[in-house]
Amino acid sequence: MSLLWLRFALGCYFIGLVYAFVALSRTSDLFSRIALHAASLGMVFHFVSLVELFLSGHVVWASVHNGESLLAFLSMTFFMVIYAIYQTTSPGVVVFPVVFFLTFVAAVDEQPVLLTAFVSNKGWLIAHIILIFTGYAALVLSFGASVLYLLQERRLKAKKASSLISFLPALEVIDQIGYRSLLLGFPFMTLGLLTGSVVAITTYGRVDFLDPKVLLSVLMWAVYMIMVFTRWNSGWRGRRAAILASFAFVAALAAWAANYFSAIHRFAS
Amino acid sequence: MRYQLIGVNHKSAPLEVRERLAIPESRLPDTCRELASYPGIEEGMVISTCNRVEVVTHTVNGTADLRGFLHDHFHLKPEELDAHLYELREKDAVRHIFRVASSLDSMVVGEAQILGQVKEAYATARAVGAVRGQLDQLFSRAFAVAKRVRTETEVGSSSVSIASVAVELAKKIFGSLQGKNVFIVGAGKMSELAARHLMAHGCGSIFVSNRTYERAVGLAHKFNGQAIKFDDLYATCDQADIVITSTGSPKAIFHREHGEQFLTRRKNRPMFFIDIAVPRDVSPDMCKLDGIFTYDIDDLQQAISSHVADRRKEAERAEAIIASEVEKFEARSHTLDVVPTIVSLQDHLETIRQAEIDRVRGRMGQLTPEQEIAVEALTRGIINKVMHTPITTLKSAAKESEATTIVDVVRRLFNLHDKEKDSERPATKKDEVGTRE
Repeated sequence: MSLLWLRFALGCYFIGLVYAFVALSRTSDLFSRIALHAASLGMVFHFVSLVELFLSGHVVWASVHNGESLLAFLSMTFFMVIYAIYQTTSPGVVVFPVVFFLTFVAAVDEQPVLLTAFVSNKGWLIAHIILIFTGYAALVLSFGASVLYLLQERRLKAKKASSLISFLPALEVIDQIGYRSLLLGFPFMTLGLLTGSVVAITTYGRVDFLDPKVLLSVLMWAVYMIMVFTRWNSGWRGRRAAILASFAFVAALAAWAANYFSAIHRFAS
Repeated sequence: MRYQLIGVNHKSAPLEVRERLAIPESRLPDTCRELASYPGIEEGMVISTCNRVEVVTHTVNGTADLRGFLHDHFHLKPEELDAHLYELREKDAVRHIFRVASSLDSMVVGEAQILGQVKEAYATARAVGAVRGQLDQLFSRAFAVAKRVRTETEVGSSSVSIASVAVELAKKIFGSLQGKNVFIVGAGKMSELAARHLMAHGCGSIFVSNRTYERAVGLAHKFNGQAIKFDDLYATCDQADIVITSTGSPKAIFHREHGEQFLTRRKNRPMFFIDIAVPRDVSPDMCKLDGIFTYDIDDLQQAISSHVADRRKEAERAEAIIASEVEKFEARSHTLDVVPTIVSLQDHLETIRQAEIDRVRGRMGQLTPEQEIAVEALTRGIINKVMHTPITTLKSAAKESEATTIVDVVRRLFNLHDKEKDSERPATKKDEVGTRE
């Protein structure tokens, strides 16, 4: 059943995906409203799907697909929070495709990869998953914001006729969205990695820093930290911030993909 | 409806031609007088702005030689001028005047200035007596139409002037302008206007710098701002989010290296340079810096015209209003056209009546007051009865296309044509009749 609800949610997010592509070329108030409603409806289905999964009793917290579904949900939640504060759907241009992709992968098939065979401390594991996913979601959003920042900066610099009527919010508003999600996401990511280490230590007695998953996660965290630092210290934004953000985003994707080939994270040994 | 109009505007003629035709304000009354006394012209006025020079007239027979007037007045040869001229008559002239007053024919559609300019031109021409009944009707209607367009459509709603486009751009960069600082470099009218707009949208403090320090102090005082010595310009400029610059400097005063310094000191927070100086105050390589946005006067003009495109839809609605107003005006002026005929018809019959009474009185001798009243009532009654149908017919025919034919027939039948010259004439005639009694 949970999977069925998730597929409904996927259908709704698809409208968001279409919006993301259309919004790049033209502005339509009506369509952004439709996309917003579709996304909200999708979130309801998505929530039902997650609740059912939880109630079904055999929740597998560390299944990759459940994780992807949770991550997509958290990203949407962030998107909605931003919408509530800034009244803009434009981060959806980046968030919708990512959410659609995550939900799509999660909705395809039931249980392909199990990450955990035995973990002694379930509480730490759940904390790890929720914290790190919130961090991921914030990262997705700040990456989205930096892409939008670049787009808007281009438009304003091009001094084209369209620069005044673009669908994007003001440059400084985009900047705030990005910076706030960055600041919010960083402690979550940090704590997520710490709880992960706790799980690793309680399970294996040590953290294997040469494992690709661990390596990429640390790399991602380092880029994340550089982003926060350069922003805080010298106000990096625009192109430089976008480059860093894309770098962090790629590192995050790689760290995620590493689930499929990391022996340690799968607790297979 | 014998309106006739000739002119050039920003679409039909380049600036060089418009410059040669422009009439300074001080000479406008004389031009109007000259125009009104030109052969074939009853009433006339001249609209002269930087984007247009137009001669609007009401003519004796609808075919005045307005080109000739322009050639004479400006001492221009036909080949220099005629290619750029447009000439409109009757309904087309009415539509054109409505469009001009409603700012649909402007370079920046919807800008508010033109209405004021037309009103001024009208007042000038009226003051010298060049505008009377017909043009009066046309322009009072045009002002009403302009007001209607303004209230019923959004044509004039978005920003129009450079100052307000600057505000909109600033909003695209900073979102809210609350608490943003403005730096005026070079105290001029334009920059003052832009600053005023920005302050009205919530900008915080203001700095003013000028080569003549006293002027900076004066302007800063106006805005409750702070005057900065020109030598301290680069040291303080980074405190401003928005810099409006309009100095007369022949070379740029802000270069890339200044921009880099500002950004470092500002921790890369964006800066917006509004450069309304010609030649430019901000060197072009400045905008290559991330976080610095520079708009010079041409960029601002371009942004304005993008608004025009934005407003095209509203302009279409405005055009519809104007089309219906032109129809209304035409119908009304047809009704008005028969009025002079009716008045002169009445005058004509009254003259006959008086003449007949005078003639008969001689034969009948002295009448008693009662008889006097009875004769008066009898003759008046007959005339009123006889006149009733023709007048009603004339009035109702006025709204039809056959109006002119009927008016023509009536005039010929009663031999009225030389008595109806303009609307003022019948009134004086009446007076004459009155004194004869």
